[in-house]
Amino acid sequence: MIVIVTIWEIISKTNLFPTFMFPPLLIPNDPGGVTVLSTLVNGLISGQILGATGMTLGRLLLGFSIAVVLGLIFGFLIARYKWVDDTLGFFVTALQSIPSIVWFPLAIVWFGLGNVAILFIVTIGATWTMTVNASTGFKNVPGIYLNAARTLGSSGTHLVRTVILPASVPHIISGLRVAWAFAWRAIMAGELLGGNGGLGYLLDMGRSLQSMDLVLSIMIVIGIIGTIMDNQVFLRMERSVARKWGTGS
Amino acid sequence: MKVNLKQVNKSFPKGKHDSLHVLHDINLQIEAGEFVSLLGPSGCGKSTILNLIAGLDSPTSGEVYVNDKKVKGPGTDRVVVFQQGGLFPWMNVMDNVTYGLLLKKMNKKEAEEKAMEGLRMVHLGNFAQAFPHELSGGMQQRVAIARALVMDPDVLLMDEPFAALDEQTRLILHQELQEIWQKTGKTILFITHNIREALTLSERVLLMSTRPGAIKKSFRVQSARPRNPSDSVIVDLETRVMTELEEEMEKVLKEEFGDDYSLKTSAIRDRDRDYMGDHI
Repeated sequence: MIVIVTIWEIISKTNLFPTFMFPPLLIPNDPGGVTVLSTLVNGLISGQILGATGMTLGRLLLGFSIAVVLGLIFGFLIARYKWVDDTLGFFVTALQSIPSIVWFPLAIVWFGLGNVAILFIVTIGATWTMTVNASTGFKNVPGIYLNAARTLGSSGTHLVRTVILPASVPHIISGLRVAWAFAWRAIMAGELLGGNGGLGYLLDMGRSLQSMDLVLSIMIVIGIIGTIMDNQVFLRMERSVARKWGTGS
Repeated sequence: MKVNLKQVNKSFPKGKHDSLHVLHDINLQIEAGEFVSLLGPSGCGKSTILNLIAGLDSPTSGEVYVNDKKVKGPGTDRVVVFQQGGLFPWMNVMDNVTYGLLLKKMNKKEAEEKAMEGLRMVHLGNFAQAFPHELSGGMQQRVAIARALVMDPDVLLMDEPFAALDEQTRLILHQELQEIWQKTGKTILFITHNIREALTLSERVLLMSTRPGAIKKSFRVQSARPRNPSDSVIVDLETRVMTELEEEMEKVLKEEFGDDYSLKTSAIRDRDRDYMGDHI
């Protein structure tokens, strides 16, 4: 980390590239000049970056939640009914291989350039992986749990709620994790192209203002949020399930 | 008559047109309060019989009655203890044991009291808050037995419940199961491939033949309880069961290794043990 930062600073100071293309991270090249750090701090204080982050996360959470709900429903139907598996299941695998940003032109025509279009590609980007993971989880519920529950008098929605869902939790969590990553990529692409506020839009603004310090600050913010989500949220969930179930260490 | 199977046949589809005939004309009656073991080599369909009685599967032909009522699906009057317990790993012991009770619309407090009672019966009163993975295999099976017992079923179905346990634990659980049976007077159908286990535990041992599975012979175990595996009655029965079982084993092995295989005259066993190579 330190090595990378140092190399970056040196390259920046050699004047090999103009400062606007290769801005220094910590120490300004000329007195009072820009650094990535100062832009980041200023952006956070002025609320420009914070506001954009909030906007992006808001959209992301909404799209992600819709995707998770849809994914669980589709996944359940695929696992439950053979004919759904043969039709929708096959279709989902095909859909999953389409990068979600490919849907953007269609989304713009359908919903106009704006929030809904971005939300659409976020949702569509996350739904299919969630569906695949959820259906795998539901299909692999050990028969012995189902049989045990049934002989104890459980059936229908009670069986789904108390056995099928909890037994698939490990698969569902890894589904959430991948779906989140997909949604995160989709929203960046969507905002870059679709404008209308958010971190992606700010990135595009940084490009047109030729201020790479802004672009780099945003990249840092994106990296930090991604790491926090992965390590603090999903990894923690996985670990707590592993501890409770006694799988893993 | 607690359990009554009439001319039960079961086939499973195998490939597109073929089917595997697993059970052939099974007639089986179990009296109330009887402890019956189904003994047979693996693949003879003994677990299938249990699943039919539990209502987890339905017969291809024939009828299954429990308490003179036709079995149409799973019911809480017949609870199963599975080989691997089938405890839910996401619930602690208490929640596992009260699972069925709460489904019976019992209130939580009452259910927990009853569960505690059941757990004490299997000597696990101190482990109510533990999660299944924190318990040993033997303790998990005890929880599974407690979970089945608190449901107060008419018939307790046990599908090789001790097969995965080590010998010492198994012996202890044999003692405890006998005590529980004497105390509660439940009707128990016990499935096993262990001859001694079947003879130590049950009143009646049903020996199954294989492919298709059928009930070959019935042995009544008339030995006093608590039973001792070295009791002469049991030892004698063991030899008799073993002789019958060997025939079945040979049939299975022939099917797997071809017709020229014979258990009694197999290459290794038939080599003359006295032959020391002195016929030069």
